[in-house]
Amino acid sequence: MLEVQGLSINFGGLKAVEDVSIRLQQGAIASLIGPNGAGKSTLFALISGFLKPVRGRVTFLGENITGLAPHVICRRGMVRTFQIVQPFAAQTVRENIAVGAHLHHRSRREALSRAQAVARRVGLADQLEKLASSLTIAGRKRLELARALAAEPRLLLLDEVLAGLNPQEIRDMVPVIRAIRDGNGRDGEGGDSGVTVLMIEHVMQAVMSLSEYTWVLNHGRLIAEGAPTAVSNDPQVIEAYLGRGSAERLRREAASA
Amino acid sequence: MKDLIALIVFGIVVAALPLFVSSGFVLNIVIMTLYAALLGQAWNILGGFGGQFSFGHAVFFGTGAYAAAVLQVKFGWNAWAALPAAVALGAAVGAFVGALSFRYGLRGSYFALVTLAFAEVFRILSNTFEFTGAGVGLMIPLTESAANFQFTSRTGFLYVILGFTLAACAVTWWLKHSRYGAWLQAVRDNEESAAALGVDVFRVKLGAIMISGALMSAGGVFYVQYFHYIDPHIAYGPGISIEALLAPIVGGIGTLFGPLLGAAALHLFGELTRNLMGDAPGISLMVYGLLLVLMVTFLPRGIMGLFPGSSGMGARSTHA
Repeated sequence: MLEVQGLSINFGGLKAVEDVSIRLQQGAIASLIGPNGAGKSTLFALISGFLKPVRGRVTFLGENITGLAPHVICRRGMVRTFQIVQPFAAQTVRENIAVGAHLHHRSRREALSRAQAVARRVGLADQLEKLASSLTIAGRKRLELARALAAEPRLLLLDEVLAGLNPQEIRDMVPVIRAIRDGNGRDGEGGDSGVTVLMIEHVMQAVMSLSEYTWVLNHGRLIAEGAPTAVSNDPQVIEAYLGRGSAERLRREAASA
Repeated sequence: MKDLIALIVFGIVVAALPLFVSSGFVLNIVIMTLYAALLGQAWNILGGFGGQFSFGHAVFFGTGAYAAAVLQVKFGWNAWAALPAAVALGAAVGAFVGALSFRYGLRGSYFALVTLAFAEVFRILSNTFEFTGAGVGLMIPLTESAANFQFTSRTGFLYVILGFTLAACAVTWWLKHSRYGAWLQAVRDNEESAAALGVDVFRVKLGAIMISGALMSAGGVFYVQYFHYIDPHIAYGPGISIEALLAPIVGGIGTLFGPLLGAAALHLFGELTRNLMGDAPGISLMVYGLLLVLMVTFLPRGIMGLFPGSSGMGARSTHA
C-alpha cells in the first residue's frame, strides 16, 4: 500500500532522514520507533507531503506521490495527525471533526452528523459542543484522531497520539486504535476492511500490544526492523536508546543474575 | 436558521422605515450605517472568517469606486451596467493581491502591511494618471433618476444599500453553513491542520479575498453614486481601510451580526458625541477614540461577546 524508497532530506548539514526505505502492507498496523530527534516526525512529514525530499520516492496505492502537496495526498486517502496537537481552537469539537468529514461530503448537515458518529468511536461523544481549546490534552489527542478518521483515510499516519496520556488514558486509547484498523464500528459503506495504520510511538506498551511490525530509526537511518519483540532485543536498538556498550552490559548482568 | 430569520426581519424593518420616517437626516444616518456595515462585512469575510487581517481594504473600495466613475465619465456607461463590471474588477484585484501574497505565504502582520502597501500604490497611481482624473478626482454628471442609479430621494439609496448589505450578510451566513466556510475557518485557525485534512489552503484564501474584494468594491460604487465624486485620497486612503475593519472589531470579528452591530454602535455614538460636543471641534473624536480603546481592552470579542454562546474568532483569545 505504501512504499518508501531511499527517502532523504537534510536541514543544512544535518541529515534528518537518510536513505530510508519501508514497505507497508494493506491492513497492517505498524509502528515507527526511535529516540528523540531520530527523524520519525520528519519522515512522516516527507511521506505526507509537508516536506519535500532531496532524494527518494514515495509510492502510495501504486502511484508516485513524491513531492505532491499535502492536501492532494490527503485526498488520495492518506491522512496524518500531528505530534503537537493542532485543533481549530475557536471551534467546537463537532465543527473540528466536521472539517475532516467535509473532505468527502459537501453537505454541512451530513458532515456534522458524521462528526457525531466519529466522536462516538473515539470517545468524544459527550464533548461535541465544547470548544476545542477547552479540552484536556487527552481530549485533544482524541480530537486529533477523530478529525483524521472523519476524512475516511485508507492509510492513517498517527504521530504519537498516546504521548502525554496517563496509563489509564493509554489503556482506553489502545482498543480505539485497534478498532480503527479492524474496521469495527466503521460508519462507512458496508464491507469496509478498516484502515491501515502507521504510528510513531514512544509508549512501548502500546507498540508491543498494537503493532505487528516495527521500524527503528536512529540519527535519520533505519537501524532495525521486524516484529516488536525481536526488535526490542536487538543490540543496536538497545544501544540507540541506552547508549554505547549498554547491550553488552545488559547481557552480562542477565547472565550473572 | 435562527440567524437567517433575524436577518430577514432586520431587512423588513429597515425597508419599512421610510414609511414612518421622512427626515432626511435620520435616513442619511441609516444609509451611512448600512454602508459602514457593508464595508465591515466585506472585511469580516476575509479577516474574521479567513483570519487574514487586511489594513488596505481601500484597494478594493477604490477600485470599485473608480471603475464606476471612469466607466460613466470616460466611456459613457450607465451606472447600473458599471456596477457588475466594478464588482468583477474588485474580485480581480482581490485575486491579484491574494495570489501574490498568499503564494509567498504572507500571514499576520506581513499580510496586513502588504495590503496597506497595495492600497498606497493604487492611491499614487490614481493620483498620477489623467485617466482617473489624477489629483482632481472624478465628478460624475448629475442626472438624477433611478435609471441612472441616482435617486431623487434618499429612500432609493436606502433600498440599494440595504440590498448590498443584506447580500453581504447572506454570503456570511452561507460561510457559516457551508463546506467552503468550514474550510475557510479551518484555515484561519490552523493552516497545517487544514492542509492535513485535505483543504487546499491557497485556493480557499484566494476565494475569500475575491469575495471580500467584490463586496468592498460594491461599497465603492455606492459611494460614488451617493456623493457623485471620488478622488485618490477618498478612494485609496487609509480612512476607508480603517472604517472597514472598525465595524467588525467593535461588533465582533468572525460573527454574522458583528459588523451590523458595530456599524450601528459606531454611527449612533458618533452622531451623539457630535451633537453633544459640537461646540468644541475635536472633542467628539477624542471621546470616540477613548471608546475604541475601552472596547478593545474590555470587550475583545466585540459587542457579540456580550451574548453567551455566540461563537466567533475572538473566542480563541479568551481560551487558548
